[in-house]
Amino acid sequence: MAVITINDKDVQLAESERLNLIQAAQRAGYEVPHYCWHPALTVVASCRMCLVEVGEKKPDGTVAMQPRVVPACQTPARPGMVVRTNSEKAKAAQAATLEYLLLNHPLDCPVCDQAGECYLQDYSYKFGRGYSRFKEDKIIRPDKDYIGENIALFTDRCVMCSRCVRFTREISGTAELQIIHRGAHAEIDVFPGQPCNNKLAGNVVDLCPVGALCSKDFLYKQRVWFLKSTSSVCPRCSTGCSITIDHHKDIVYRLRPRANPQAQGWFMCDEGRFGYKYINAADRLISPMVRHDKHTLYVGWEEVLPVLRRQVRQAVTEAPESAWLVLSPWLTCEEAYLAVRWFRSLSPQTRLASGPVPVVGEDDRYPKDVHGNPPPLDKTLFTIRAEKCPNRLGVEAILKHYQGTIHSFDAVLEAARRGEVRVLYLTGGYPEPGWTSEHCTALEGVGTLIVQDILPSPLTSVAKYILPGAAFAEKDGTFVNHAGLAQAIHRAVQPPGEARSDARIFVDLLERRGLPHAPALRAELASEIPCFAPLNAGQIGPLGVFLNGEGKP
Amino acid sequence: MPIKPEEVRWVAPPRMGLWERLYIPAVLQGLGTTLSHMVRPAVTQQFPDEEPKLPPNYRGVHRLNRDEQGRVKCVACYLCATACPAHCIDIVAAPSPWPDREKYPEIFVIDELRCIYCGMCEEACPVDAIELTTLYDLTGLTRREMLFDKEKLLSVYDQTAAAGTDPPRTRRGRLGPASEPLVPINQLGPSSGVGANAAHPSDNRTDSERAVAAKASSEA
Repeated sequence: MAVITINDKDVQLAESERLNLIQAAQRAGYEVPHYCWHPALTVVASCRMCLVEVGEKKPDGTVAMQPRVVPACQTPARPGMVVRTNSEKAKAAQAATLEYLLLNHPLDCPVCDQAGECYLQDYSYKFGRGYSRFKEDKIIRPDKDYIGENIALFTDRCVMCSRCVRFTREISGTAELQIIHRGAHAEIDVFPGQPCNNKLAGNVVDLCPVGALCSKDFLYKQRVWFLKSTSSVCPRCSTGCSITIDHHKDIVYRLRPRANPQAQGWFMCDEGRFGYKYINAADRLISPMVRHDKHTLYVGWEEVLPVLRRQVRQAVTEAPESAWLVLSPWLTCEEAYLAVRWFRSLSPQTRLASGPVPVVGEDDRYPKDVHGNPPPLDKTLFTIRAEKCPNRLGVEAILKHYQGTIHSFDAVLEAARRGEVRVLYLTGGYPEPGWTSEHCTALEGVGTLIVQDILPSPLTSVAKYILPGAAFAEKDGTFVNHAGLAQAIHRAVQPPGEARSDARIFVDLLERRGLPHAPALRAELASEIPCFAPLNAGQIGPLGVFLNGEGKP
Repeated sequence: MPIKPEEVRWVAPPRMGLWERLYIPAVLQGLGTTLSHMVRPAVTQQFPDEEPKLPPNYRGVHRLNRDEQGRVKCVACYLCATACPAHCIDIVAAPSPWPDREKYPEIFVIDELRCIYCGMCEEACPVDAIELTTLYDLTGLTRREMLFDKEKLLSVYDQTAAAGTDPPRTRRGRLGPASEPLVPINQLGPSSGVGANAAHPSDNRTDSERAVAAKASSEA
């Protein structure tokens, strides 16, 4: 155990730990300002914001400080080191650096999207001065909105930390961004006609510590101090990136990655980042509907659920083998569990099947090499999976527990074509309608078709009962990713109109009292199904829990 | 926080003498006050027949100022909406249609019924785009009519600017720092443009002294 002293506070370091002084100071509770350093990227020590005083404790107990200040990001923490992050000398160095960084920075915080989460603002407040001594003309360079399809560059706000450049070189491997010119004229740019459009490009917006790189999707949509943040999990592929949903007044404005070494690391892909818009879609299903001949009637939940429950129960009593429940891989584990509990309580002979699992292409691994080829598996830093759903493993684990085998969705279609399906309860939740008109024709012979979904599709125009469910940002629950990592999702916004979370619909169908409470349901699930036993505490921390050691369930 | 019994001090009312217990002097004193008001000049203002005399910094209906080119001066920074304690300002921002500005309000609505006329929006505005005028007689037949949109607020500006009833707090014609004109780098002279004459906190000269100094330096 090594000890280093930071501002007269001792910090213990394990032998194997390799920390720089920023991380060591964080552990002691001191903030060292920094722009260019990021834990996921290489160290360049170019912004000079993290200057600290460093010295050594001599064997006779005296402390010998070095005469100069050194960048904390580039200095490894060594045993016996003495670091001063808030001495007069360090503070003067930090203030002077900040003053230089702000020389050409425009005073346009009111129109800048970063205002409120800008490190120039925060550090000016904490480490800098409140006014500018600069009397000359600022260098104002034109903005570049051609830099990428989803990113805009406000060139004059840039502090040349080169985080974005290093990201495209080290994480995405596509190396579109670069620094052109030198000295005070340096600016970020792309090669002519080669915009930064790789599938991870949105991350440079999060990496940018100032407002230079902005997301065109979020540009001028909302001020960040109005946004409330809810931690969740990205549902667009089975990687299950930890994310933060930023929302205001029940509208989701943006998704941001949340650092989670167990799930994906630091970043997320653009497919997930910009794939939230279906939540705010205007054509969401907002009320339960019942079909009478050619007409659909909007009805209340209190009217539709008893009728539906009675009709399903009657059909199951008559022919339990022809009643099918299809669980979509977009359901949370709790919802799938409640659905199965309800369906199996009618009769143990009812059939359970998994919904269609969307698979697009192959896993997309990063960083790419110079030819655009994916790296070997052990060098992979980020993977966009081909399986475009969040919870296939969780739903399948529940199906396996209750039924042994898992019927695929094709088996349901096959049985429907043979006319052996009297009741079909379909759960959806697909952001792009998972149901096609072929499914429609195959399911024509189904006696009672119940569709629980979020968006209109060919199936909602033929179903007998249409129940509006909730999207991932509108419910609590658990998603299990490709590696068996169970992560909690939390409700950020209200479902539109009369729509309800799927768990609430199943709680009502089960005739349980009250509203679903995710931690309680999770604990119940853990006690019922052995492979979910690691969730028995009910609560899952922000990093998630591996269901079976580190393997698959 | 409850008060401790030992901290409570009981005070007995002063004892009244015979003179006070008669009450007649007190009644006469009161009548005297009434009579003295009858002979003083009247203070009642006969609104609506007469215009009331309001203090010059009265805070009434809002206006949205225009810049030199007649465009809305607001840069849609939402600081007024953030400062507003009544949550009566709704803004939708968009990229501006003009090359020299980045952001402008596509929609700007103030609910004049919800507003408490505290003037915080005016104080928060970094470009002095929103101001409270001295217009006080605000009426409407419906609540919807009292939602003032951008056009209406600009028309209040046109009306008050034409009538010469600018609020005394106005800085009309002077741009705040956030509406600094963007000057491309190749068009910048050695010491022209914005910021050149900006005041420094340690610079304790008056405005006129600074103007003279700036003129002298530009002539040199």
